[in-house]
Amino acid sequence: MFLDSKSPEGPLAEKWDQHKFNVKLVNPANKRKYDVIVVGTGLAGAAAAASLAELGYNVHAFTYHDSPRRAHSIAAQGGINAAKNYQNDGDSVFRLFYDTIKGGDYRAREANVYRLAQVSVSIIDQCVAQGVPFAREYGGLLANRSFGGAQVSRTFYARGQTGQQLLLGAYSALSRQVAYGKVKLHTRSEMLDLVVADGKAAGIVTRNLLTGAIENHAAHAVVLATGGYGNVFYLSTNAMYCNVTAAWRAHKKGAYFANPCFTQIHPTCIPVSGDYQSKLTLMSESLRNDGRVWVPKTKELAERLRKGEIKVKDLKEDDRDYFLERKYPAFGNLVPRDVASRNAKQMCDEGRGVGSTGLAVYLDFADIIQRTSAEAVSQKYGNLFEMYEKITDENPYELPMRIYPAVHYTMGGLWVDYNLQTTVPGLYAAGECNFSDHGANRLGASALMQGLADGYFVIPYTIGDYLAKTAPKPVNTEHPAFAEAGKAVQERTAKLLSIKGNRTPDQFHKVLGHIMWEYCGMARSAEGLTHAKAEIQKLKREFWQDLKLTGTNEELNQALEKAGRVADFIELGELMIDDALDRNESCGGHFREEYQTPEGEALRDDENYAYVAAWEFMGENQPERLNKEELQFENVKLTQRSYK
Amino acid sequence: MAGSNPNAKPMNLTLNVWRQPSPKAQGKIVEYQVKDISPEMSFLEMLDVLNEDLLHKGEDPVAFDHDCREGICGSCDLFINGRSHGPEKGTTTCQLHMRKFSDGDTITIEPWRANSFPINKDLSVDRSAFDRIIQAGGYVSVNTGGAPDGNEIPIPKDIADRAFEAATCIGCGACVAACKNASAMLFVSAKVSQLALLPQGDVERKTRVENMVAQMDIEGFGACTNIGSCAAECPVGISLENIAILNREFLTAKATSNNLA
Repeated sequence: MFLDSKSPEGPLAEKWDQHKFNVKLVNPANKRKYDVIVVGTGLAGAAAAASLAELGYNVHAFTYHDSPRRAHSIAAQGGINAAKNYQNDGDSVFRLFYDTIKGGDYRAREANVYRLAQVSVSIIDQCVAQGVPFAREYGGLLANRSFGGAQVSRTFYARGQTGQQLLLGAYSALSRQVAYGKVKLHTRSEMLDLVVADGKAAGIVTRNLLTGAIENHAAHAVVLATGGYGNVFYLSTNAMYCNVTAAWRAHKKGAYFANPCFTQIHPTCIPVSGDYQSKLTLMSESLRNDGRVWVPKTKELAERLRKGEIKVKDLKEDDRDYFLERKYPAFGNLVPRDVASRNAKQMCDEGRGVGSTGLAVYLDFADIIQRTSAEAVSQKYGNLFEMYEKITDENPYELPMRIYPAVHYTMGGLWVDYNLQTTVPGLYAAGECNFSDHGANRLGASALMQGLADGYFVIPYTIGDYLAKTAPKPVNTEHPAFAEAGKAVQERTAKLLSIKGNRTPDQFHKVLGHIMWEYCGMARSAEGLTHAKAEIQKLKREFWQDLKLTGTNEELNQALEKAGRVADFIELGELMIDDALDRNESCGGHFREEYQTPEGEALRDDENYAYVAAWEFMGENQPERLNKEELQFENVKLTQRSYK
Repeated sequence: MAGSNPNAKPMNLTLNVWRQPSPKAQGKIVEYQVKDISPEMSFLEMLDVLNEDLLHKGEDPVAFDHDCREGICGSCDLFINGRSHGPEKGTTTCQLHMRKFSDGDTITIEPWRANSFPINKDLSVDRSAFDRIIQAGGYVSVNTGGAPDGNEIPIPKDIADRAFEAATCIGCGACVAACKNASAMLFVSAKVSQLALLPQGDVERKTRVENMVAQMDIEGFGACTNIGSCAAECPVGISLENIAILNREFLTAKATSNNLA
């Protein structure tokens, strides 16, 4: 199928304004006749639900949490980018656009990214008006800091808890609409299927997580804001509940899934410590502004350090290799995430890793503490240092942190056009669950920006265009597609409970995570991926024969919830591998060992792979069909990324 | 664990866990043994071990609320050995590590105990009362669009910092569980203070505090008698000063109120 991005005609800087003028408007008196379902209450979902309700639409907001405030956006630490140029350091909308396109290794759509940079400035204004307590200078104005992959200071922040403060802002706006009766909140409700009737999104099927009740909900349009799928790797910085189920169910109902292999491995996480580990904890990228990354200069020194024969402080300056500063003098410790992660892995592969497992590098604050003071450092990073100490029992004011890359964000997601509409009419995807703005690699502090841009400033306009063309007739769940979808959900749940095998959902999830991390993680090869595909197919068969659960559907059954999510992760894992195999190039977070420069940097193939890979579901156990959206670059020149 | 404590020995523990199949069912404490618990595990990872074990035995795993496991989402809510989030100060349950316990310990694990937080199952409770309090007024009434430039509202750094400190409340409910009156004053005061300190919140400051306090009473939370256990047990250090601010805001609002209801 030809994938029409619907990018508006005209000069880049005028596209969005022109488009806003061209979209159809819904008469204010008619808005209350339209129902919109928003699934997910993170930054994108809460912002969209609140903004749509403010406009007058009837909104149904769904979350599997007990409260909208618990969505994983809350855990974002470092900050949010905006092209305000408050620092007078040369920032502009075009520069933010350019940095994002380049940082994404030229695999994102120009028009979407430019719009993102444009609306970024309004996001800050909106959040300030809500009472979000951003960091401020002594003169009372907003403070900024620089962030990985950028040479200007455009990141707004609230200590190391920016995501929390932005989400609580969006949550407060949402709560206000709940109080007004414009948003009906459905908590502890998990979307288990999309209902498509007469070729259009007509509603969703949910399971009440407390009672097990399967419920149908109808609407004129559905917005998915259900986050990323990083937990396919089992260990990631995602929260425990983060999952792909809503997006995957939509995919199986006709929404194409784009660039699934583009996953981001974040360079600064607390290293894995044991088999029991349930998740990994991120240490904000902002730490790389002041921390210096290093490993011992030789394998021998690293080995003695791991054995405890010498201590960190015994290593003199000459014994240390500040490898990012050495290899990338222009950007130093601030190189983008993919570059920083790959280099850390390389050091550990060379045997120069630290910590008892050898899978860690140092992030050292001794210099900045000496140059300023421990108190100044605490002002900036206090909560992160505390968190590190709680987890590792080591004091980072005295010893360098040990860090290692971990799965953090997924650039891939549901394919959407310029309006954020998927290939299913009436179904929209916002925030991390769409693929749209970050290409093959996301820059730091850009996820919060995109989630809020989509929710506050894009969806409210573009969804109106669709609704204006839809009759304002009341909706109901009488279409046979609802009964069919509801029955399928019930049967699937019953099937999961009936297997009565020997292995728990967590056991399957761990095996899946291991396969994905080993073969579809920081480095990939055709050989490894082919092997992994067979392993996953085997795992899928075993899952449906040997799953062990207890209890019933009609109760709070957390193992049952988990089982359904793991089943979908297994299928997604296979698609990620197909996608990684198809893409015979290295770009951003996708590093194919066969395609690298002599210096070991990613080697893109713009001639053959400057496309979005949008996968189409063709039926159970059938290979998916690849559809391509060719990317057009009219405003930037494609170059090999260099941070030297 | 890498580097930190290579001599840490695995522990065997006895757990006394509150089990209650459903909201209306009779609950009871059930004893479990867990073995070979690494001191480097988090408390919830220790419960994961218990649950995997139960599932393998065909028994019902213990339901508990959790999600981010980074101490920020506010989902986890265990009352451990008689204290909200357990023995370590300024720490959520998910950030509590087993190195704070010793081999052979008996640990009692209960849900938050408060009438306003009914039990869903086992250790999981319903905290939607907090959401309804926020819905009563915990916001600035601005619609999307039309906000002035962020720098048109200068805010002194110390005020911004104090507002931020109040705004860091994670809504876990530890304050209610720790209070002998099951009062929600610390939670409510954190939001009231944040918005009362900031110029953005000034327009609605009187109606906000009146409505939020009224909703707090409707939800059945107890009165505050200034014991301070809420602040002592708060995992993110919300200060008791906020309750003083709330009381001042409330009295000022009532004394000059147009709200005759």
